[in-house]
Amino acid sequence: MLLSTLAMALREIRRNAMRSILTMLGVVIGVAAVIAMVTIGEGATASVTNDIASLGEKLLILMPGAHRRGGPGVAARPFERLDAETIQRQIPGVRALAPTASKSVVAVYGNQNWSTQVNGSTPEFFDVRSYQLGAGRLLNEADERSARAVCVIGSTTKKELLGRAKPLGETIRLGRTACQVIGVLQAKGSSAGGMDQDDLVVMPLRTFQQRIAGNRDVSVIYISVREDRSTALVGQQIESLMRERRGIAPDAEDDFDLRDMQEISEMVTKTTGVLTALLGAIAAVSLLVGGIGIMNIMLVSVTERTREIGTRLAIGALAREVLLQFLIESIVLATMGGLTGIALGLGGAYLGTRSLSLPFVFAPHIVGLAFVFSALVGVVFGYLPARKAARLSPIEALRHE
Amino acid sequence: MARPPPTKTNEWLLLRNITKVYGSGQSEVRALDGIDLTIAPGEFVSVMGSSGSGKSTCMNIVGCLDRPTSGAYTFYGVDIARLDQNQQALLRRHYIGFVFQSFNLLARTSALENVELPLVYRRIHARERHERARAALALVGLEGRERHTPAELSGGQQQRVAIARALVTEPSLLLADEPTGNLDSARSEELMQLLVELNRSRGLTVLMVTHESELAEWGTRVVVFRDGHIIDDRPGQGAH
Repeated sequence: MLLSTLAMALREIRRNAMRSILTMLGVVIGVAAVIAMVTIGEGATASVTNDIASLGEKLLILMPGAHRRGGPGVAARPFERLDAETIQRQIPGVRALAPTASKSVVAVYGNQNWSTQVNGSTPEFFDVRSYQLGAGRLLNEADERSARAVCVIGSTTKKELLGRAKPLGETIRLGRTACQVIGVLQAKGSSAGGMDQDDLVVMPLRTFQQRIAGNRDVSVIYISVREDRSTALVGQQIESLMRERRGIAPDAEDDFDLRDMQEISEMVTKTTGVLTALLGAIAAVSLLVGGIGIMNIMLVSVTERTREIGTRLAIGALAREVLLQFLIESIVLATMGGLTGIALGLGGAYLGTRSLSLPFVFAPHIVGLAFVFSALVGVVFGYLPARKAARLSPIEALRHE
Repeated sequence: MARPPPTKTNEWLLLRNITKVYGSGQSEVRALDGIDLTIAPGEFVSVMGSSGSGKSTCMNIVGCLDRPTSGAYTFYGVDIARLDQNQQALLRRHYIGFVFQSFNLLARTSALENVELPLVYRRIHARERHERARAALALVGLEGRERHTPAELSGGQQQRVAIARALVTEPSLLLADEPTGNLDSARSEELMQLLVELNRSRGLTVLMVTHESELAEWGTRVVVFRDGHIIDDRPGQGAH
């Protein structure tokens, strides 16, 4: 019976093809909106969390100068190498750290000029910042101890400066200092802020301080926290240690800034999550409107087909069979709309994520949910018209003009 | 549903002191006012009367589409008043065929599918459905028109499709409410010939409501209604 009723419903939908399509349209748009919104939202979340993770796992960034949005920063007293060594020694939750000083310098190779960020840091830099070696070798302790004039360059810098030349062993000039390229890093892509993370030169900190900066300042300390420790807790320990070392009075504010990348990552994820949920909710309302559209058309259809219903009842259809017929009709309409909406929504999300250069994250649970929800819309909004049909008295239905 | 045991001829279809009252108090209308009617299998009963005489109400009660206000209706020895709505629907499904004045075919649906409709409700498989619907259409002279939709058929042909739909379940009682009401006289005559033929060759019991006396005479028996009463009950020309 279910099968033949289904066949009957499909025939009825075909019989009124144009009206059926218009009826479905509401659900199609609703479902497509839900799918597209959520998929693009998930793509945005994934993109941001990927970017933050690409900075380094469980990373704390310690910088001099209070971090005040909008206002002028407090005069920054730079760190020195001893700060980093003390943190390393006194705080057990620290896995590795990299005291770093940097400066924007024009690099020269042959007749090529390229303005890039030159960092002086310890060999831990690559580990802490999650850079992988592409070719050659990374900096080591011996380079640091002897303040060798060697450097490792990012892939963008390599491309812009050396072009197709083999970089290893070549000498590039950084300002007035010559240094030999010993390694090239693998590409990491741009950061959350749109910065190219592959445009950099890394040389030993000592070399940098002696030849480029001309001082012993450390402008940032990258700190990687042990996997089994909380970044928040380690962050607190570092903060109080630094307050003590820099002699900050208990009632004074920090004159340095400690950023917890995990915290920022969580915050961003939460924000985009809320945004996705909000967009999804708006889209769900349009699905609801689509459902009301179905109910409207089904009610019209019941009135229009009153005589047909009377005939069916006269030839022996049970009230529940009439109910089932109309219910199945509305469910079929709604689920067909749902499937079309899923296809359109995924297509739209694909185009949307491509134009926003976000990753396309297929979310099966949302697709499943949208499908179930559209079928549910069919049941809920189809029930009232179907009940109306099933409750018709056969004589009155047959007399209906 | 198994066919009930055969009953004595004079107990096959009995209406006893049937009344049907619409409204109440001042606006009370007695559509049927104490009707007694017995129909035997194989009869072709023409029910005559002007509009408002109660003939259609009587037909609706016989067809289990309506319930009497009082009185007893037994069919195959079963007291119909004791059946609930679903059981009455099942009774219609298995024993009664309906033909309406306005045909009531499903629009934009082929003749074959229209005829198959009652079989769908009887859970008959598709192949058997096609065969039986085809046979029923052949019986009413519509071979080759299976794929036509009602809009592509003349009025007479549409009514034949409706008759095929009523017959495809092999009912024991055919109820026809003004079956020729929308047809010209030539088509009416053809249709009456078909009904008489079905009544004679297949022993189909026919109860036909009409207000035209010439048509009523095709029956084996003519029952005349006026103001909710039966005022005449006599053999028709068809009896000879």
